[in-house]
Amino acid sequence: MKPMSYGAFPDDRLNATFMALADPTRRAILARLVKGEASVTELAAPFAMSQPAISKHLKVLERAGLVSRGRDAQRRPTRIEAAPLAEATGYLERYRSLWERNFQRLDALLDELQTTPKQQRTRKRRT
Amino acid sequence: MNSAERSNKLELTTPSDREIVMTRSFAAPRTTVFDAFTKPELVRRWLLGPCGWSMPVCDIDLKPGGKYKYTWRNDADGKEFGVSGTFLEVVRPERTVHLEKFDEEWYPGEAQITTTFIERNGATLTTMTILHESREARDQALETGMADGVAVSYDRLEDILDSAA
Repeated sequence: MKPMSYGAFPDDRLNATFMALADPTRRAILARLVKGEASVTELAAPFAMSQPAISKHLKVLERAGLVSRGRDAQRRPTRIEAAPLAEATGYLERYRSLWERNFQRLDALLDELQTTPKQQRTRKRRT
Repeated sequence: MNSAERSNKLELTTPSDREIVMTRSFAAPRTTVFDAFTKPELVRRWLLGPCGWSMPVCDIDLKPGGKYKYTWRNDADGKEFGVSGTFLEVVRPERTVHLEKFDEEWYPGEAQITTTFIERNGATLTTMTILHESREARDQALETGMADGVAVSYDRLEDILDSAA
């Protein structure tokens, strides 16, 4: 069971997305695919990796819905699917903003602490 | 607020398989920032997460071997969750090291969090290094987003999305 937190946990697909993105090679593959679809051979070229190894990474990406494979039996070009990426980024953005909200509250608190009476001599005008 | 001048952007990185690092600058001397991170009456005023949450329990025994316990409460529906742990090192106002474990485990095991405070020109650079027991534990924490990490991939994701747009 998932523990309770601030109230949002990713569903399984989002978990798959994050797992897929946790690997630098897979992120590099995605970065390459942004420029357009590519075959396994083309994707393997920049990496010191065998085609089967690249194919394995592609399967993980495909399962996460981050890429899709063409039907052309010979080439099976891979292309990027933008929607899950956008969802994952949106999710992270939510939590990034959560920490930012904490730290912005802390900014305000620190301002307040520095303008207490005993420190008024060092008080500065804020714009 | 001249936030640009303060350059107080939150930076997130994952320098190793087991770590998440958050760095943020605050416009205050480090004794003040250190206290804001370690005194219960101050911590409960900012470490709250989204709007609508409060911190009914915020106990901190700030010494090596001392325990702490935080509980957050959703003021709308009364739901609560908590975290607790032990301080391993306390060097005011430079550094603390503490262990963290959530009541209802959302990542396996305990995490060790090292927080350092470096003062420069009246501002304090604060770095939290969250070390998990395993890569799996870290990734699980990242997935749930609490640590808001995957910063490396996240930054790249932004690039990917920008160029895909």
